[in-house]
Parts: sequence; C-alpha cells; structure tokens
Amino acid sequence: MKPAAFDLLRAGNADEVVEALRGRGDEVRILAGGQSLMAVLNLRLAQPRALVDLTGCADLREVRKDRAMLVVHAAATQASVERRKELRGEVPLLAAALPWMSHPQIRSRGTICGSIAHADPAAELPLVLATLGGEVVLRRARGRRTVAATDFFTGMLSTARRPDELLECVRFPLAGADTRYAFTEFALRHGDFALVAIAVAENAGELRIGVGGVADRPVLRRYPRLDGSALDDALNELAWSLDARDDANLSAQGRRRLVRRLGRRAVNAARETTGIAGRTA
Amino acid sequence: MKHYARDTEHWIALKLNGVQRRGRAEPRLLLSDFLRQELGATGTHVGCEHGACGACTVRIDGEPARACLTLALQVEGCAVETVEGLAPAPGALSALQDAFRRRHALQCGFCTAGILVSATAWIERVAAGEIEATEAAVRDMLSGHLCRCTGYAPIVAAILEVATGDAAEIANA
Repeated sequence: MKPAAFDLLRAGNADEVVEALRGRGDEVRILAGGQSLMAVLNLRLAQPRALVDLTGCADLREVRKDRAMLVVHAAATQASVERRKELRGEVPLLAAALPWMSHPQIRSRGTICGSIAHADPAAELPLVLATLGGEVVLRRARGRRTVAATDFFTGMLSTARRPDELLECVRFPLAGADTRYAFTEFALRHGDFALVAIAVAENAGELRIGVGGVADRPVLRRYPRLDGSALDDALNELAWSLDARDDANLSAQGRRRLVRRLGRRAVNAARETTGIAGRTA
Repeated sequence: MKHYARDTEHWIALKLNGVQRRGRAEPRLLLSDFLRQELGATGTHVGCEHGACGACTVRIDGEPARACLTLALQVEGCAVETVEGLAPAPGALSALQDAFRRRHALQCGFCTAGILVSATAWIERVAAGEIEATEAAVRDMLSGHLCRCTGYAPIVAAILEVATGDAAEIANA
C-alpha cells in the first residue's frame, strides 16, 4: 500500500511540464490532484519511472471565460470551480454535476482536467463535457491541438492524449439562453462512482441526453424535442444500445432500467424549473 | 523545475499546526507517513491508504485533503493542520472536540481525527456564510468519512450543535 519508487519532477509552469514529457513516452505520468493516480500508485497498479507534478504551476490554475467557453486549466481544482459564484449561470450542467462527484475532501484537491484525462466511464465530468459538446486542448513541446470531447474519449480509461501531451485545459460551452439542463445519477452510496449517470441539455430545437456508467465511455445522443411515448421509446432504444454488462453491483437489466427511469427523471427536471434532479442514493 | 531523485531523502520545510518544521522524505513517501514517522505527529490515522476512508484527512493550506493521496514533497512551503492543532491549549478541548465527547460522537476513535479536521474546516465555512448548517449539508460533508462505530447520528448532532451555536435545538441522537 505504498508506491514503488519514482523520480518526482515539480514543475513551476506549463512550459516545464511539456518539456519534462518530451521524448519520455509512457514512463512519465502527470500528477495533478492525485485523487485517482495516487490511489493507483499506492496499490501499485501503476509503477511509472517518474511523475511530473503540476500542482505548483500558477499559470495552470486559471479559470476564465473566453468568448463562448469557460476555460478550465489543468491545475484548477474541482472545489475552486464549484465555489465560483458565476458558475450556475455560466455552465449550469457543471454546477449541477459537481456535488455528485465524490466528496468535498476529494474535490478540494482533485482537478477538473485530471478527472477528464483519467476518463473513468462512470465519472461525472467526462459526461458533462461530452453532453455539452466541449473540447480539450492538448499541448506538447511543439504545439497544441484541440480535440472535441466525443473524439477525446476512446474507451475505458483511455483517451486520444499522446504520452508527451499535457491536457492543458478543457473548454465547456457557456449556457445557451434558451437551454435548460439537468443532471442525476444512481450510486450505491453518495460520492461513489455512478452505476448510471444522466445529463440532459434541451432547447427548443434539440434534446441532448448523455449517459455515463454503462458503456466504456460517456455516450451522447441528440434528438429533436420528444414527449410522451416517443421519449419513452427513445430512452428504451438508448438503454438497449449501450451494451450494458452484468457486474457485482448491478445486472445489465438493472442498468437499462436506470437509463430509462433516470433519463425520464432528468428530462422532466430540465423542463420543470431548477435543472437539478433530486439526489438518489 | 525541481528534480527529486528516487531512493534519496530530500529536506522539506512546512508549517505544521503553526510551527515551522523540517523533515526528510523520499519522493514516494506519503504525507500521512511523513507526518507520523518523520515528524512524530501520530494523531493523523492511516486507514485504507487509497482515499476511501477519510481517516488521514488533514488541512493543506486550509483545505481538507487526504494525506494518503498527497506526497510529502508536495507540501513544501505549505501550512498543514492536523488534529493536534485543534485544541486551544494543552489539556483543553476545542468546542467541537468537547461536543464530540459530550455526545459520544466517537467510540474506537480511529476515524475521529479526520472527521474533526474536516468538520472544523466546514464549520469555518458556515461561519463565513458560505454553507448553510443543515443536517443534509453535514451528512454530505461526512460522506467523505467512514465511521463503523457510531452510526453517524451523534457525530451529526455534535457538528450541528457547534455550527449553529445552539445546543438545545439539536436533539441528542
């Protein structure tokens, strides 16, 4: 339950992070909040040769609005974003999802970008980013590229990030004036990973439903506005399309049922008022 | 860029409960083990060592965090607060510690150090007007801690008593 030995590189800015990654391939891991990576190291599920710690990079703590996006840099903690007074108006879906995510003692150190780079299929933040159609900015020593969330998540704990790239920032689209949002999930205990999580964004022309915790990555579906049995049918088809599996916590059938029921609950919550569905579990 | 080589002990300086301290740590040494083994601050307990149980929770620059998910070398220059820093004087208890004792909010005491640290930070945020002191809010904060003795009810009551400043209003569990 102690990590194997590694070299620790404590970077002072983003330039130093990408320089440390250059040419070193998989043997270096980026350490941000450490709320997933440190547990993996303690259990010796990973034994990298070196860690590049970016918690000391003041230039990577920035959170700012840039045109139609909220840009969150790699060292910004979940707590710092959650406590942002304007967040509910800027990215309501992110504000609705953060309280579901783990515990305050984890969000205090865990980063927004770290959770997205980790890409756990049941995690809340990848689902929010995918549902909103956000993007990530990947930076290496020679330059940057921007990747859409739906292209970034490539499977269970895997992404389009190359080993020499830093996930420098994520970009969440700001709330549309006529768009309403809701987030809900079911977990065995509050703060655990979701067995099923649902994110909804709806405006006059489009209903977006995102599902986490079932497939190997967050899945987004876009529909014209649906009501009544047409919505039930769409949710049923969505539930069957996710290749749900049995595991120790819940059967595939149970997961499909949760997709249908939580899906309906989240759509109703988005339409009703606050955009925040009631907490389950 | 600071480079800390593996298998080598490096000196770090930090402020522990308001007192400037120095100690040595290899890169892989966890903050929880550094506090207990290098600085002798054994009030912080080590439970699951992967962030699930909350026993090792300390404050790093004011924020409650898992000491087992933090490397000792990452707190260079930081202010770290542990359960040893809560009492106002030797032989005295903080208001929260006193409420825990009166309300039997601990039995074996293993989880208590982490809960006291988290709850102290939470009560400060209530006092600053950032959080409303409701039972639901206390339980949300407490979800980051496992207690296998008490069933949580007396812990919730003790925290609410101190957060609201109203002992009479809080039914004993």
